Amino acid sequence: MTPSIKPRTIIEKIWDNHVVAERPDAPTLVYIDLHLVHEVTSPQAFDGLRARGLKVRRRDLTIATTDHSTPTTPRGLPIVDEIAAAQVERLIHNCAHFGIHCYPLGSEKQGIVHVIGPELGLTQPGMTVVCGDSHTATHGALGALAFGIGTSEVEHVLATQCLLQKRSKTYQVLVDGTLKPGVSAKDIILALIARIGIGGGTGFVFEYCGSAIRALSMEERMTICNMSIEGGARAGLVAPDDTTFQYVAGRQYAPKDAQWDEAVARWRHLPTDDGAIYDKSITIDASSLEPMITFGTNPGMGIPIRAAVPNPSDIYDPVERASLTRALAYMDLSPGKPLLGHPVNVVFIGSCTNSRISDLRTAASILRGRKVHPNVRVMVVPGSQQVKEQAQAEGLDRVFLDAGADWREAGCSMCIAMNGDQLEPGEYSVSTSNRNFEGRQGKGGRTFLASPLTAAASAIAGKVSDVREFL
Amino acid sequence: MPKLTSIESRMVVIPHDNIDTDQIIPARFLKTTSKHGLGDQLFCDWRYHPHGAPKEDFVLNKPESQGCQILLAGDNFGCGSSREHAPWALTQYGFSAVISTSFADIFKNNSLKNALLPIVVPPDVHDELLENPDEIVKIDLASQTLTLSSGRQVEFPIDSFAKLCLLEGIDELGYIQQHEPDIAAFEAAHPALIDTRA
Repeated sequence: MTPSIKPRTIIEKIWDNHVVAERPDAPTLVYIDLHLVHEVTSPQAFDGLRARGLKVRRRDLTIATTDHSTPTTPRGLPIVDEIAAAQVERLIHNCAHFGIHCYPLGSEKQGIVHVIGPELGLTQPGMTVVCGDSHTATHGALGALAFGIGTSEVEHVLATQCLLQKRSKTYQVLVDGTLKPGVSAKDIILALIARIGIGGGTGFVFEYCGSAIRALSMEERMTICNMSIEGGARAGLVAPDDTTFQYVAGRQYAPKDAQWDEAVARWRHLPTDDGAIYDKSITIDASSLEPMITFGTNPGMGIPIRAAVPNPSDIYDPVERASLTRALAYMDLSPGKPLLGHPVNVVFIGSCTNSRISDLRTAASILRGRKVHPNVRVMVVPGSQQVKEQAQAEGLDRVFLDAGADWREAGCSMCIAMNGDQLEPGEYSVSTSNRNFEGRQGKGGRTFLASPLTAAASAIAGKVSDVREFL
Repeated sequence: MPKLTSIESRMVVIPHDNIDTDQIIPARFLKTTSKHGLGDQLFCDWRYHPHGAPKEDFVLNKPESQGCQILLAGDNFGCGSSREHAPWALTQYGFSAVISTSFADIFKNNSLKNALLPIVVPPDVHDELLENPDEIVKIDLASQTLTLSSGRQVEFPIDSFAKLCLLEGIDELGYIQQHEPDIAAFEAAHPALIDTRA
């Protein structure tokens, strides 16, 4: 007779596989399989190692690139911002000093850390993945437990490859049904966050499941997992399946030959067991979703593209009413009116949410043979130099340039506005990125978050638009 | 890490919900390679006019806020990015505790590593504090109590290990290093899945 084992979720399985030490009076010590490092949240951690005379414990499990304060202007030009230049230089120096492999500015494999991890085959199912960046959840699309950490924890992982963590609760996000034309992965995640609010997932890890998630490509799953943190969850993942294995197969750091077969056999045990119990669940009907857009100053303030901006006077809770009033004042929007038709100054297609080749193909499918509105500045920023190469091989760069858009080098760019790519005060953008906080895309800038389809349609019309009119 | 035992201070009140780390410290200040010098940039875009002069009506710029060690804020404080620059900026300004009804996970973790207490209180206590913004509040970490000037005492939750680290000034990295035999045993049993240097 086989011993009865409690059915477990994939989240619990990955956690259990990485427990190094457990004591009743302290958090669990967990092992980290992959540590991604970038220029912004690492210099103080490397300084900490130096001060203690420590080495990087597992250089083979650590990789670095530059993305946040990195220019997207032609490579070879100097970094104009001296402080940013010093920070990028510091990463190169630290990597050389501590023996960490780096894909620096100028490398053909440089890019946004959450784009290159999966692209290079570094991120694999069942792994624990961390990075000093809250969008590390992206890697969950491959069936990894991936989460953002602070700089102190970056230092802990560099020194010990371990972290002290408390077990998260589990949250099933069940998305069934078929998406309608013009509705995409970005709309699923914006709809989820609009429903649960930006603190709705605090203390939880999401598992996205259901027929609509299964039907998504790996890159679409990355878009969804990426914004888990926008719902408050440190991590979100999708159980690996054949779509996952086909994506990973043959990539630079993926297992090869006999090791590949072994790995796939191991990965097939990861999905959640029948009968496993989640701490919380939510169901979303994919077929009922419309293209989504945010109107406010956090990602939970989202509405279907044709809906009216909510009216504070309709809201009973005084705190929520005050939040909405503040947001509308910052955004200079009138309550009760649709956002559709609102003029935009800038369209940004990029970021770790939506800068992969499939995102660029989608945007190009709308822009092909059309012109962007003369009042709109359109920036298309590929997530990595490899994405850029691929896009150029497919002629997508010509589509963007012919339409009047700007075609840039890889980086985080206007998602976080650290590199000179930014909104001017008062400007409105439709952006495929992940955050619409006050000033996020430049001091005084105002952000409407949406899918690459909605962004491309809005670029052509010069105003917030429903892509279904362009299909 | 410096030890932290008790705090007695007036509060600075920023009552909004969902104060994100981009407001606490805007991303353009993250180009620094140092942990220091961030206190002046705390809440920068709410605190200063575009030309740099302080906004007189913003709470941090009011004379009565000077020297306050406790920030009272709305729900889900510290949401957004993982930047540890947020607790660095708060502590360098002079805060030792933030009181809210909830905190974002990563911010809470980062705060506890920097001797900044994230104190969660129930909504009714939060309301009472908001109604009495001039309160002098006492926070005692050992007993996990918050005492209002009315004499009302409220217990607050805090992770027991984080509490020990704060009270004793225990260094978390040093603690992890004591687990070297466990880490080595784990590594021996789990061959590496990748080699980034290959």
